[in-house]
Amino acid sequence: MTTNKRGFAQEVWDFFCSLKLSIFLLIGLALVSIIGTVIQQGPQREYLATLSETKIKLYSSLGFFDMYHSWWFILLLYLLTLNLICCSIKRLPRVWKVVSEPVKVMDDNFEKSLSNVKEFKLKGSKEELKDRMASFLKAEFAEPVITEQGGEYHLFAQKHPWCRLGVYVVHLSIIIVFIGALIGSFFGYKAYVNIPEGGSVSQVQTNSGKVIDLGFDVRCEKFSVSFYDTGAPKEFKSILSVSDKGQPVAGLQHIPIIVNDPLTYKGITFYQSSYGQSDEGVAYYISVRNRNGGQPVKLKARQGERLALPGGAFVSVMEATMDVRPFMRGFDGPGAQVEYTPAGGNPQPFVILSDKYESFNAQHGGDLILTFDGMDQKFFTGLQVAKDPGVWVVWFGCFLMVVGICMAFFMSHKRVWARVTDKGVTLGGSASKNPTGFEIAFDELVEKLNKL
Amino acid sequence: MSSSSLFNVTMIVYMVSTCIFFAFLASRNKTIGALGTYAALFGFLVQGAAIGLRWKESYDMGHGHAPLSNLFESVVFFSWTIVMIFLFIDFKYKYRAIGFFVMPFALFGMAWAQLSLDSNIEPLVPALQSNWLMYHVITCFLGYAAFAVACGISIMFLIREQLEQGGGNAQAGGLLSMFPSIKILDDLNYKAIMIGFPLLTLGIVTGAAWANYAWGTYWSWDPKETWSLIVWFVYAAFLHARITRGWVGRRAAILSVVGFAATIFCYLGVNLFLSGLHSYGK
Ligand code: HEM
Repeated sequence: MTTNKRGFAQEVWDFFCSLKLSIFLLIGLALVSIIGTVIQQGPQREYLATLSETKIKLYSSLGFFDMYHSWWFILLLYLLTLNLICCSIKRLPRVWKVVSEPVKVMDDNFEKSLSNVKEFKLKGSKEELKDRMASFLKAEFAEPVITEQGGEYHLFAQKHPWCRLGVYVVHLSIIIVFIGALIGSFFGYKAYVNIPEGGSVSQVQTNSGKVIDLGFDVRCEKFSVSFYDTGAPKEFKSILSVSDKGQPVAGLQHIPIIVNDPLTYKGITFYQSSYGQSDEGVAYYISVRNRNGGQPVKLKARQGERLALPGGAFVSVMEATMDVRPFMRGFDGPGAQVEYTPAGGNPQPFVILSDKYESFNAQHGGDLILTFDGMDQKFFTGLQVAKDPGVWVVWFGCFLMVVGICMAFFMSHKRVWARVTDKGVTLGGSASKNPTGFEIAFDELVEKLNKL
Repeated sequence: MSSSSLFNVTMIVYMVSTCIFFAFLASRNKTIGALGTYAALFGFLVQGAAIGLRWKESYDMGHGHAPLSNLFESVVFFSWTIVMIFLFIDFKYKYRAIGFFVMPFALFGMAWAQLSLDSNIEPLVPALQSNWLMYHVITCFLGYAAFAVACGISIMFLIREQLEQGGGNAQAGGLLSMFPSIKILDDLNYKAIMIGFPLLTLGIVTGAAWANYAWGTYWSWDPKETWSLIVWFVYAAFLHARITRGWVGRRAAILSVVGFAATIFCYLGVNLFLSGLHSYGK
């Protein structure tokens, strides 16, 4: 009975220690991760409309719409972690022993296991030879440890023994990254907030819909957007000010933030993310002039207002911008999409621009020529808000990972043994990586010793 | 001299280099092999100069930025890094025949960029205005390039193994004699991936750092991010597969080819077929 139980526990342990499981998990994770790149995550309504009823049911029951947080994906990650920990527990002691209790004596059996061995016939007593070898190894390789055993001297020298731990540093780093991610998901949040120019907020709504009190106020003094000549956006800029308990925070007043340059206060960071026109209080300025001459009349319209024009026509502004370059190639300046209703006629939509484009504006409007002079425009800025106390843990893990990989790949634990007797010296060597490279180094060592 | 004409010279030199490497396989003449490498080196230097010139041209146009910002520039840079990694491995291990299986990747990249991609120098949109762009792109592409070289080596492995198993007719045997042995190809494959894996890791880490700096999430399971992780998993599997017996040689070579296919999908497929943050300004 007990043996049976032990047998089962042993089997479970072996299962989690096996490298086959790691390969299976790594390839499995690679394969299932594809699903979430093909099926939209957190799907939009338009996307769902393209799918059939049964597909939607199937996908949502399998968690495909939020795949990377589904129970089975998380389970795979936990299995990977468990596999990693078990494997390391099993192997680390052995590697640790190689590092901390090196084989200091090269006996005959051990000598046979080495691929680099060379014998030298040298004159002199073994004491003399021992001292010569010690200073030679110290100068050419590393400081040796000397052991006397069976009437012979054994010298042992090594380089970079700790690089054998590189693999374990990598594996530990993965666990640290996971821990950082968990800290972030438990103690941090991601949120989003819109602030109109001149307005301020003290709360934000997280992506999962929870309202969070910031504990301070963020005010948007101004928002601006600029464009390249091609019409591509050049810069989105919000000027933000922070105040805490009604008091402006020194050093955080009128701070410009742009994409790739956020603002942080009390561990909460604000990122420029989007913008829009705020409809409140917009005023549009339009000039109207008779086609046959005469002075233009300047008019002011509010959002949604139907403006009476001379001669019984009406106009209302649907949409407007201070810079048409992103929308109309070859034009610049302000522009508006208007709906013009001639006296007794049907509404006609068209675009009007500034007075720079007189002939463009003259294409429409019957007896009248309409010109768009500009607008008093209010923007709102859209800010991404994030708090993530785990992020430094993640960076620490990433740093360890890179260091560990370099240790595991590019460094080699090199060892050299010398057995000194009255007849001469036997030199042996081995390296944990790059055997050909070590062979060359060993041959150089032999060469130098020959010349001694 | 404009960067564009230098890129044309590069493309032609890479074509010449590929042809010389073929002549090397056919003739088994060592001098010809060395000539192929020198042609590749010359092309590499010309291309480096062209990339530098394009960088300067973007400053002359008033919106200076490193030439790493759109599909054209990334394809050109990719092909440059492939030649860089190839030359590194060539000078270190001197197996010239690899050139015939690697230079075509670089040639194909240059030809595609020059013949059908939009090569205008555009100013940077706000999301790309960051030094992180450079760190991220350079590390990623050096990683990709090492995987391209590993893929070329793996293809050689598979061809050689196939021919050896088939007994090898005389002509194929002639070509084969310039191939490194199966064991060496397997080892070179591993060495190339050993260069690529840390670089890809750095590429993913710098990407995460940038994402965190620019919008507050170091990882958002965006398709590009996810695909880079898929590639990373495949090569991690490759590295572990070597430690257990039975996964060296043929299976390792196949895994390396699959890994490179995933890399290419990560680089191009995601932009062409899936939507996300990394859509090269489209
Ligand atoms: C399922 C989880 C994993 C397990 C059980 C596992 C286990 C192992 C083992 C047993 C070794 C060999 C150690 C030795 O030679 O003494 C190893 C090597 C290594 N592992 Fe992992 N590993 C896992 C995941 C990962 C991941 C995700 C990475 C990603 C970076 C990684 C990176 C490495 C590296 C770089 C090596 C060295 C390979 C070489 O020297 O060629 N491991 N792993």
